[in-house]
Amino acid sequence: MKIKLNIWKQANAKAKGKFEKYELDGVDEEMSFLEMLDSLNEKLIKEGKEPVAYEHDCHEAICGSCSLYINGRPHGPGDVIATCQMHMRSFKDGETITVEPWRAKSFPVLKDLIVDRDAFDKLMAAGGFISIDAGQAPDANANLVSKIDADKAFDAAACIGCGACVAACKNSSAMLFVSAKVSQLALLPQGKIEAKRRALNMVAKMDELGFGSCTNTGACEAECPKGIGIDFIAKLNREYLCASFTEAE
Amino acid sequence: MTKFFTSSIGQKFFMSITGLFLMMFLVVHLTINSLLLFGDGSLFNIAANFMSSNIIMKVIEPILALGFILHILYASYITLKNRMARPQNYLVAGKTNVSWASKNMYILGGLIFIFLVIHLANFFWKVKFGTVAAISYDGGETELHDVYALVAGLFKGWWWYDVLYIIGAIFLFLHLTHGFWSAFQTIGWDNNKWMSRLKVIGYIYSIIIAGGFALIPLFFLIKYVV
Repeated sequence: MKIKLNIWKQANAKAKGKFEKYELDGVDEEMSFLEMLDSLNEKLIKEGKEPVAYEHDCHEAICGSCSLYINGRPHGPGDVIATCQMHMRSFKDGETITVEPWRAKSFPVLKDLIVDRDAFDKLMAAGGFISIDAGQAPDANANLVSKIDADKAFDAAACIGCGACVAACKNSSAMLFVSAKVSQLALLPQGKIEAKRRALNMVAKMDELGFGSCTNTGACEAECPKGIGIDFIAKLNREYLCASFTEAE
Repeated sequence: MTKFFTSSIGQKFFMSITGLFLMMFLVVHLTINSLLLFGDGSLFNIAANFMSSNIIMKVIEPILALGFILHILYASYITLKNRMARPQNYLVAGKTNVSWASKNMYILGGLIFIFLVIHLANFFWKVKFGTVAAISYDGGETELHDVYALVAGLFKGWWWYDVLYIIGAIFLFLHLTHGFWSAFQTIGWDNNKWMSRLKVIGYIYSIIIAGGFALIPLFFLIKYVV
């Protein structure tokens, strides 16, 4: 198949970017989207032109680095998949595909389609961890966790930190990401100890980093490659509210 | 605790609380207004005069006004801040499948606000500060404002006011379909089980409230104008 591409090109963080048009022939519909971009780059290198910079690593939706906004959707067409899991059969022959970087004040563009997601690392550093020594693998039944909580914590832990939630949200809100981290740890005994402080610190950091607030559109949930639900946002609201009224400052 | 009021979640909390308060007001407002549909207007007049004269309502009235003001101010501030979180927009507008109302709550709120100003000028202002004809149902012993005549006069006299009020109800319907469950989500009263329930309850509430408010001008339109 033959496709037309409309891709954001930006030399560096300070440069003014613009869309560049490319045409690519001989695209196999069994190719993944990233393989297609690779073949575009091979073609561009052969022609002596600058390739398109984009992030990718594991190609199995674990690392969360493939962050592309394709035809109006983070990670492109298809639900509960990352860009690396999307194939060219999702597009029609001759279709124009527009590829943009995540757009958020907190995710500045570094080059072309690569954004700086350092803000997520800062959020994690603000509380997305447990500071007690969890020690060796505990004996079975030493720390009892209900099946419901274990399953919920696992669902939240599926977050790969790709930033699609921020990219999809009209407010560039990081609430789904923060709620997943806060919930995952608050549901388990080792994380529960610092749950209140964690909720307070992570939300404060989220606001400080310039992410918007949640208006419950549910776009994050719809685009999350790991299917993390906005019921975690309700849990974060609950945790934060409770912590604000009970935790000493 | 002090940070709560300035945090993004805290600000949303106020949106939610004021929204829930205004939704309770809508129930009371519609209950009284539904009396417009029955009898010669005496029921409505007695109820409306009771509402405007009793001491509890006199206390609640400024609280209600404050509820509206806070809801609007917080919405404006949050919307402005949220816009700033994305300095550059996408070339291809979001194709994510979410409800139209959820993405346009501020616009819907603005349209409802315009309606509210007209609505207050039509009725509230006239009852409060203007001259409304008096009527008595007990041989002149107690004189009541003939609010029914005011409402009926407007809805009978100008068909486009009927249409305007029906359009206002449609905006309100859309605003409530998202606002109802969203308010519960924001205060944390939600989980994966309750989300669909709250959305259904929200739809039922929105249909009853907006449908009820639309029915009144529709009633006058069909009965007297058409």
